[in-house]
Amino acid sequence: MTTATSQDVLAGLAEILDEVAGTPVDKVVPGAAFGDDLEIDSLTMVEVVVACEERFNVRIPDEALEALRTVGDAVALITASVPA
Amino acid sequence: MRRVALTGVGAHRPAHREDNTAICERIGSTDEWIRERSGIVTRGVAAPDETVVEMAASAGGKALAAAGVAPGDVDLVLLATCSMPGPLPGGSPAVAARLGATSAGASDIGAGCAGFTYALALAADSIRAGSSRTVLVTASERLLDMVDHDDRGTAFLFGDGAGAAVVQAVEGDGPDGVGPVVWLHDGAQAGLLAIRGTPLRLAMEGRAIYRWATTALPSVARKACERAGLEVSDLAAFVPHQANLRITESLVKSLKLSDAVVVARDVVDSGNTSAASVPLALARLVELGEVSTGDPVLLLGFGAGLTAAGQVVRCP
Repeated sequence: MTTATSQDVLAGLAEILDEVAGTPVDKVVPGAAFGDDLEIDSLTMVEVVVACEERFNVRIPDEALEALRTVGDAVALITASVPA
Repeated sequence: MRRVALTGVGAHRPAHREDNTAICERIGSTDEWIRERSGIVTRGVAAPDETVVEMAASAGGKALAAAGVAPGDVDLVLLATCSMPGPLPGGSPAVAARLGATSAGASDIGAGCAGFTYALALAADSIRAGSSRTVLVTASERLLDMVDHDDRGTAFLFGDGAGAAVVQAVEGDGPDGVGPVVWLHDGAQAGLLAIRGTPLRLAMEGRAIYRWATTALPSVARKACERAGLEVSDLAAFVPHQANLRITESLVKSLKLSDAVVVARDVVDSGNTSAASVPLALARLVELGEVSTGDPVLLLGFGAGLTAAGQVVRCP
């Protein structure tokens, strides 16, 4: 199985954010903060994370959610967690 | 096996309603944030004489009247609650005495916010097995006695109130008025929602509960419909535990409910009343005429334990 690249993950995350929160795809850039820039609150983050777990076959425990401030944080965590 | 039917529902909403203003001042929040986070605009605040027992008896009396049942004909009184003032005695004997249900057995049911749907399942089974012909199922909470009013995460979520339903054996053919229950637990996550300490205080990990509710419950809902011989699209109404409007909307989306299905959103007016929330929300739909006699309605209780139970009922 090929590992997902950061770009694959970013694209997938953008699709998920669009579906869950209606976030315009062009706003989903690594430096974008979920709260301040994308107006995604902590409950919507749960939905985003659950969708990411299903899509990328990873597990993101609740404790890890706290550290996900930006899109870049999420991409890095998911990319590192995707099974090889 | 006997058929059962839901023959009446009743509600007791505390006279005093409170909006978000005072809560916002105390926890440093805003009405806008509370509405966005939970959908809640007001909640009921029980007066000192609106005890768990009094509110349950009030709702129960209304349900009995709606069903045309004399209290003396009740075989069993169940009370789902987590907010009695102490662990003993349970409230149900006092509720039965208050109503004049002189022939009834009485027991409290402790299943957190799923208490009503568990109690309803047990009531229906009691009738089917021949132990009862008429059961009064009540649920009543004084959650505001237990809430930490300084906790920014929970102070705004909860409210007080009681709901009740009468379940009876019925003759003849037709769909069963209380469908087979689907239930589950996740006891490994028991610590996520608790009332503990001295004084007793409610503590909750909201985000983890949200994750559990939005991921574990859609399958309970689908199975409850399936076991009642229905498609989700056959439902007239969906009445989930009124924990948080965000959870409700997530479940509606997961279940792909069309606009034709009425969704209970009583949380907006009542806050989260734990076990009382499902019967209060159902009673509201009946009061407003949003559901008609015989309509299939999916009830879904879930919460502390963690535990959940759901079933399709036919509206009284």
